[in-house]
Amino acid sequence: MSSPTVTVRHNKVALALHLVREGEGRPLLHLHGLGERSPVTVPAHLAPWPGPVWALDFTGHGASTVPPGGGYSCELLMADTDAALAHLGPSTLYGRGLGAYVALLIAGARPDLVRGAILDDGTGLSGGGTEPPTPMVIQAPLPVSGPPDPYALVELSNDVRPPDYAATYARQASTLSGLDVAIVVTAVVRPPWLAAVAAEPGVRSVSRGDCTAVFASI
Amino acid sequence: MPDVVTFPGARAPDRFRTVDSHGVRLAVHEWGDATAPPLLLAHGGFDFARTYDVFAPLLAEAGWRVVAWDQRGHGDSEHAPMYSWQADLRDALAVVDSVTDEPMPVVGHSKGGAVMVQFATALPHRLRALVNLDGLPGPGRMPDVPDHERTKMLAGDLAGWLDFRRGTLTKQRRPDTLDGLAERRAKMNPRLSPEWLRYLVSVGARQDADGWRWKIDPSLRLGGFGPWRPEWAMGRLPGLNVPLLAVLGRQPELMGWDTPPAAIEPNMPPGSRLVALDDVGHFVHIEAPHRVAALVLDFLEDVL
Repeated sequence: MSSPTVTVRHNKVALALHLVREGEGRPLLHLHGLGERSPVTVPAHLAPWPGPVWALDFTGHGASTVPPGGGYSCELLMADTDAALAHLGPSTLYGRGLGAYVALLIAGARPDLVRGAILDDGTGLSGGGTEPPTPMVIQAPLPVSGPPDPYALVELSNDVRPPDYAATYARQASTLSGLDVAIVVTAVVRPPWLAAVAAEPGVRSVSRGDCTAVFASI
Repeated sequence: MPDVVTFPGARAPDRFRTVDSHGVRLAVHEWGDATAPPLLLAHGGFDFARTYDVFAPLLAEAGWRVVAWDQRGHGDSEHAPMYSWQADLRDALAVVDSVTDEPMPVVGHSKGGAVMVQFATALPHRLRALVNLDGLPGPGRMPDVPDHERTKMLAGDLAGWLDFRRGTLTKQRRPDTLDGLAERRAKMNPRLSPEWLRYLVSVGARQDADGWRWKIDPSLRLGGFGPWRPEWAMGRLPGLNVPLLAVLGRQPELMGWDTPPAAIEPNMPPGSRLVALDDVGHFVHIEAPHRVAALVLDFLEDVL
């Protein structure tokens, strides 16, 4: 496999988009969890996917830019993902933890480009809960030795995820994508945002082993 | 076109310096005696520190060392890769740390006021008094609050924002004449004189070969969506443990927050003061600098 990584730009950040496995047809785009990076090989439960498998390193993670000064939000990572979709075209998404929440957001925001999203367990699944915690400010500069960017770890573990906000994205994905099933939940753990999503019409809970089959044929 | 635009009462800062906030260079402007007790000014979203060029000298003349900074991406500060409320709080602390370890009075306008309410909750030991200039979010709209802090959730908004993000790498603000920018700013500040508007452009915009452009990062955009709810910010108010003066600009405007006194009164902490200016709009310190400076100075004299 030659040159399996491409660089896509999101504003001032260069994002690493890795071709994990070549193939024909619609891509599966893997979104990693908080603090993680893209896998080098296709995880076993995604191996049945018939097409190519790509994986995106979010801002501040893996081989993507670690920008100075923080300022992360899940909405910004949604735009990271949109930059990858601009390169790949219509894709099915698989997200772990933080990546699952981001996959939900982009599924609602780009229902024409996201052909199904699979939401799985992983780091950063809960975020900062349903309401903002007591505000705090990091006093001393964090040692930036990333990736992952310590500011990403701090800020994206405090990202507020109200259930009705998440459910709105699921509803948009369901109503605007034209898919019978727009979102599949494989996560065992269901923080409030994910429980609300799982209860929406057009969202189906399946086992991890069966997750790719739902979208492989659409 | 004159090289220097002037306006009666407007005074450039006496000192300029920069602060490194976690790798982002922030511009800090100061008026008044460098050894006087410090007072911090926080500007609003899409604004810049030198909108205080009339207001700040009035406070400086009353014996304060007035310190204002351009928030990241605004005014003369560096354009950052990312923006968030949390990052603004961290930047504020970097500026405060560059001034004093002691608690000091803080004045914030609009989003800057709302951020400083958060600051007072997170770091109550760094504040002596808090003045909020039309920056208490009510049930209405908050036009200058960043994308991810907003509640509006429409598919068109989302796609529009993502389309905008795809173009930010090469985006530039539209060039115009100085008068053209002044006319555009007049839509947000309908009661300001043309001379005052021209002055604000001359310090908030830069002159390129093809015209004048606002200095603000073109990747910043008004409007948006997000999980944030106004009641969460209002919920910080009752627990504040510093003297609070809240000033509302009640004239309805494009950028106005439209927060009625009735929405704030039940949340005011003990001993705090609420002043509603019925004939002034959202930018109270720009539109009525003398009146607002007098309110601030009276308040500080009473509570400190």
